[in-house]
Amino acid sequence: MHRRDFLLKGGIFTASALTAIGTHAYVARSANPRDDQKRLVVIFLRGAVDGLNIVVPYAENAYYQARPKIAIPQPGHQGGVLDLDGRFGLHPALAPLIPLWEQGTLAFVHAAGSPDPTRSHFDAQYYMESGTPGVKNTTDGWMNRLLSILAGRTPIQAVTVGETTPRILSGKISIANLASGRNADKPLPLDRPQVAEAFDKLYSGKDVLSTTYYEGRMARQALKSDLDEEAKMANNGAPLPYGFARDAQRLAKLMVKDPRIQLGFMDLGGWDTHVNQGGSTGQLARNLQQLGNGLVSLVQGLGSVYQNTAVVVMSEFGRTVNENGNGGTDHGHGNVMWILGSKVRGGKIYGEWPGLSANQLYQNRDLAITTDFRDVIATLLERHINLDAAKLNRIFPDYQLKNNLALI
Amino acid sequence: MNIKPKFFILSLFILLGGVNPSHAASKPVDPKVLHVINRLSFGPTPGELQRVESIGVERYIQEQLSPESIPESPTLTDQLSQLQTLNLNPVTLYRESQPIHLGNQKPTPEAMKAARERAHLIMQQAVQARLLRAAESHRQLQEMMVEFWYNHFNVYANKGPDRFWVGSYEQEAIRPYVLGRFRDLLEATARHPAMMYYLDNWQNTAPGSPGAHGRYQGLNENYARELMELHTLGVDGGYTQQDVITLARILTGWGYRPLNQPTGEDGSPFYFDPKRHDFSDKVFLGHTIKGSGASEVEQALDILARSPVTAHHISYQLAQYFVSDHPPDSLVKLLQKRFIASDGNIREVLKTLFHSQEFWDSANFNSKFKTPYQYVISVVRATGMPVNNTSPMSSMLQQLGMPLYSCLTPDGYKNTEDAWLNPDAMTRRLSFATAVASGRVPLSAVLKNQTKTDLPVMRSAMPVNQNQIRQQSRIQPVDASQLAMTLGNSFSNQTQSAIASSPPQLRAALMLGSPEFMRH
Repeated sequence: MHRRDFLLKGGIFTASALTAIGTHAYVARSANPRDDQKRLVVIFLRGAVDGLNIVVPYAENAYYQARPKIAIPQPGHQGGVLDLDGRFGLHPALAPLIPLWEQGTLAFVHAAGSPDPTRSHFDAQYYMESGTPGVKNTTDGWMNRLLSILAGRTPIQAVTVGETTPRILSGKISIANLASGRNADKPLPLDRPQVAEAFDKLYSGKDVLSTTYYEGRMARQALKSDLDEEAKMANNGAPLPYGFARDAQRLAKLMVKDPRIQLGFMDLGGWDTHVNQGGSTGQLARNLQQLGNGLVSLVQGLGSVYQNTAVVVMSEFGRTVNENGNGGTDHGHGNVMWILGSKVRGGKIYGEWPGLSANQLYQNRDLAITTDFRDVIATLLERHINLDAAKLNRIFPDYQLKNNLALI
Repeated sequence: MNIKPKFFILSLFILLGGVNPSHAASKPVDPKVLHVINRLSFGPTPGELQRVESIGVERYIQEQLSPESIPESPTLTDQLSQLQTLNLNPVTLYRESQPIHLGNQKPTPEAMKAARERAHLIMQQAVQARLLRAAESHRQLQEMMVEFWYNHFNVYANKGPDRFWVGSYEQEAIRPYVLGRFRDLLEATARHPAMMYYLDNWQNTAPGSPGAHGRYQGLNENYARELMELHTLGVDGGYTQQDVITLARILTGWGYRPLNQPTGEDGSPFYFDPKRHDFSDKVFLGHTIKGSGASEVEQALDILARSPVTAHHISYQLAQYFVSDHPPDSLVKLLQKRFIASDGNIREVLKTLFHSQEFWDSANFNSKFKTPYQYVISVVRATGMPVNNTSPMSSMLQQLGMPLYSCLTPDGYKNTEDAWLNPDAMTRRLSFATAVASGRVPLSAVLKNQTKTDLPVMRSAMPVNQNQIRQQSRIQPVDASQLAMTLGNSFSNQTQSAIASSPPQLRAALMLGSPEFMRH
């Protein structure tokens, strides 16, 4: 297996070399990142979030007819949406994001998604993460293919928050994972030099376990020194937020501290609201509040790095236009994608709105898709990361860009 | 260095000391014996390799396929008997977890706290029971199948009342059927409130039916879809969105009665509510089903369980779990045939699997990367430490991204290398191996004098205070030569040389953290 070729090329493959090089030498010899390094953060909402209740088409009667219990009222009413552009309004639980909308660094693409008709969470997530809708034998994720294109390979060029590697980042190139939660930064026995030295000998081969082991060792060395400093600094500041916001803030600080981190990924579950979804308040509202706070933490934590960062929030598909009999929604099709970033032409809702009348729906039940999710990502990669058409074609093979959105 | 393997085995034992080299080196372990133990159990315990060598591989397979014939460990039986919430039915579990209040008054903060503690205790005992059984039961294949089927019919514990139902779900809907008929297992999961709540079918109601009111207003597709996509046919199983809707209509009214109402004689809250059912005739997967009530569900489950597509789906998953991440088609087809011929008899399918050419293909030996669950349990088993305290195990599972009963999505945890091998996981596994080998993980600590007199069931489930444990248990490092024996000394030259050249106090850690032990 020839994943992780940076190790081979860097010639730091044997135990003795690693021991001799040590942390500082390793840091010094890795890429020489520029201050204006372009960054990309993807946040995946697993479980199919109900985009129609996030960026609400409040000017459509059909919306209110389809959702007698869970619709969010029009602006100005109690619990009403926060008006965005006279046609659409934001869920009130996302009020903390309104300043970003007003500053023009938050945009949405409505009626976006994957063209594959599946309503299986798992297939749909796989297609969005592999970047190849309808093709089941793609072995890597599009963010990993992106890594193979970016220059200056380091073991922490891509960081995912969580204990496992998501499909979107899996593939040939190594990535680092930052465990989530409070215990993530605690010292481990493997941090002790004597223990590490013994295991270095055990895993000095070129097999997949050895290479993965080395990636883990190096990523931990790099991340640990960053995190140690961050922890010291944190004592002076405000108390850390909880859960998702806390993880988002950690990722942001790490990206600020370490310009080698170019790609970030986080995921958040709990969106599969078949029952008691709620409206202005309730289950979805609570989750959105958590997400909104997390995004604010991320933007604040990024500070000046936000200048060079684009953030995408996406989900595998949308939910039925009609609410079901249990105050929830079932698996649908089109959804809304969120884009944040200083350079984003925000304050605007992109995409062609297909409408919610019966004859405008996909299979008579769901929001139709007018923008392929790959158009949104490709636009960002093209204009933010400066990839040319040939490179875009490696990321989304056999795909012709359809809508060139003036997102950025 | 270039030294022959035999010499290395010898030299390792000499280095480790305490083992008669002639005895240890004379008989390298039969790879087939190690393979069958690795795949039919959560790994060797001290003496198990030698036992299976003496009774033979075939007898071991027969034994594990008939768990009822294996006497259970008395220690385990005793430990389980102390977990008093384990055998309570769902209704009792629910009622006992509600805060006590009088009349219309709101429950007091104390009552709320007690209810939360009770719910926490129930969950903790379920986790403890599962880990104790996995680590200590002699019926290892049964425990492997519990894990397999739980993931197949996954229920997530952190959704409403499922936090006190997952244990009962495993106990009542999974365990009795793990080697039985697939159709029975399917029915048991479909009737348990844990599944009905998790996938929302308890509210699934025919629109406009006499019982449609309040929270019961209309169709809910959630369970119907996963029942086909995950539990039976598989995602490419040939059903359509129309079949999902039809199955949802068949399933209307299928759920459980309100939990504050009296239950049936068996204490099961299962209830079919005809007032919420859609009685129209239906065409499901090409079969006509007459509108008739609960029997429609039985017919639908029959159709699903007997479909060759389901047989293929289950066979693929079993072959993946027991043989290879990418199981050969030939094996899947063989199992599918047996599944169909035996009407979904799981024991028969497994018997065919364990005697298949593919299972015994040496290319598949030691080739499956252990899941975090398999890794953690195999470490504990290999040390031979008596387990009294499972909390270090559950906390490790958390750290490795596989907390018990906490897979949010209905597809359950995967068992492939793709899903679990990543840099941080290696770091954490090796750290766990090192901590266990040094004797500093208090697996054997017995907690004393922590009983609240009014809550006797909490004895073995109290949160663990690490300081108290340290005082109670002596630090006893794992003996490296004993461990090498337990594992059949089945290490590559490179592993042996790395072990031999490392400080003695780290040798057991290196074995538990070796590439050979990462796989099974």
